[in-house]
Amino acid sequence: MARLLLAVVLFLALPALAQEDPGLDRRVTNLAHELRCLVCQNQTLADSNADLAVDLRNQIREQLKAGKSERDVIDFMVARYGDFVLYRPPFKASTAALWLGPFVLLALGAWLLLRRLRQRTPQRELTEAERRRAAKLLE
Amino acid sequence: MKTAAIVAIFVALIGLLAVGLRLDPREVPSPLIGKPAPAFELPLLHAPDKTFSQKELLGSVWVMNVWASWCQPCLVEHPVVSELARSGIAPVVGLNYKDAREDALPWLKRNGDPFKFTVSDSAGRIGIDYGVYGVPETYVIDRKGVIRYKHIGPLTPEIAQKLRALIQELASGG
Repeated sequence: MARLLLAVVLFLALPALAQEDPGLDRRVTNLAHELRCLVCQNQTLADSNADLAVDLRNQIREQLKAGKSERDVIDFMVARYGDFVLYRPPFKASTAALWLGPFVLLALGAWLLLRRLRQRTPQRELTEAERRRAAKLLE
Repeated sequence: MKTAAIVAIFVALIGLLAVGLRLDPREVPSPLIGKPAPAFELPLLHAPDKTFSQKELLGSVWVMNVWASWCQPCLVEHPVVSELARSGIAPVVGLNYKDAREDALPWLKRNGDPFKFTVSDSAGRIGIDYGVYGVPETYVIDRKGVIRYKHIGPLTPEIAQKLRALIQELASGG
């Protein structure tokens, strides 16, 4: 019984043991969500369990612990892996199409739709004879 | 007129997709090209009490090949790397990445050791400085210690040919 109790207490204490510094953990996780895992490219560093992702998360933790800012860590990663490492690419000449493209397409679509709607010929009213025939068909 | 427009849009879309499919998302352009090779001082694989720093090769064009015994593609490219090293066109230095000495040494014994020497980056820290994310990777570093080329993935004879041309150009003062 005493052993069981000890096990339960230890189990409940686990999260506390794991997080010696929850503030730092949160900062590491937030940053890891912003950065791409280069090995499995559609995952963030936070989501990936690839060896390199683990190393890079440790790298983030170490640098933040040493008093570096989020900006410093991001610069560190970009200097090594390029803009590709950022999940939100910066806006510059080479990425303009990426950021503006969807809006351009949306505007084009809206313009085409409007043009079409305007060109539509107004519907002709039914004549009395047609109305009677329709009523008959519906009966 | 209308059909022509639809066909034009369709063809444009197919063209776009065809180009998109051909691009390799693994070919991440390295921001390190044209930058000085990151400094390091690492123990030699064969003599861990001695170290090598990239500074020692200042003044010559050299090649750095990142490999590991656990990496299958490294085994595939090994004959190509060996031939490049044997041709004597430039010293080829091995960077043994995230590997254990007791695995790396037998690997070299088994497959041949073409490297001028190999340094151990067992923790993978220098790998991070060089932006390594998929072994094998190969770098060409010029006489001023600047990275001029980086290849990700196994070296093929075609790429080795390209490297040779680049090395020759760099060595003759380029």
